[in-house]
Amino acid sequence: MSGDKGKMLVKGTIDENLRRVYEETLEEKVPDRFVALLEQLRKRQEKK
Amino acid sequence: MTPPVDTRDPLEQLMDHLPALRAFAVSLTRNPSSADDLVQDTVVKAWENIGKFQVGTNLRAWLFTILRNTFFSSIRRTRREVADPDGVMAGRLSVKPDHDGRLALNDFRRAFDQLSPEHREVLILVGVSGFSYEEAANMTGVAAGTVKSRASRARAKLCVLLGMEVGEDPLPGGNAEHMAAIAQSGNEAA
Repeated sequence: MSGDKGKMLVKGTIDENLRRVYEETLEEKVPDRFVALLEQLRKRQEKK
Repeated sequence: MTPPVDTRDPLEQLMDHLPALRAFAVSLTRNPSSADDLVQDTVVKAWENIGKFQVGTNLRAWLFTILRNTFFSSIRRTRREVADPDGVMAGRLSVKPDHDGRLALNDFRRAFDQLSPEHREVLILVGVSGFSYEEAANMTGVAAGTVKSRASRARAKLCVLLGMEVGEDPLPGGNAEHMAAIAQSGNEAA
């Protein structure tokens, strides 16, 4: 078996694919509901 | 992960962390609409508890912790306590890397979906987000050694689901080691 070298390659392949799956969402535009939510929270904070 | 200290109001910094919170939430829930509900709950909780945040510490880690605690307490209500998060073994997919050494993203996604939430979580925290074992341990409330072994079991499980041998060279290089690995996995399949 290729031992540690093979293990590192498998780990690299897995982590690269994980990153691709993760980045699909990471790169999306944040939905407007969150902009609105933060705006609402900020207003509530000012009233305090 | 030691980002430069951000002196802005933590509430103002929240916006910067939303994309990462959404990506983490999707990784845990595997459902975009539940993920956004989870992020919304997290933001509201963070806002209510912002006084407890220690300025100068890692805001992302703090937010991720709120998110994962919210997620796990909500699924705890709907599932029985799982003694073994490695639990149910889903059907083995037989997927080999493409010629360029990359797995087809859909196959990978399907395998990732079949992991337990605990395994998905650990892979995202230490495999993608760059948190150390210690940081992930603090966030998940377990020992660093547990995080490390969980991450390695999660990777091993993905390998099984993807039909890759642990230790197998996933890159077709035509070298002797690779050919030996193919021969061996062929024998095992026979």
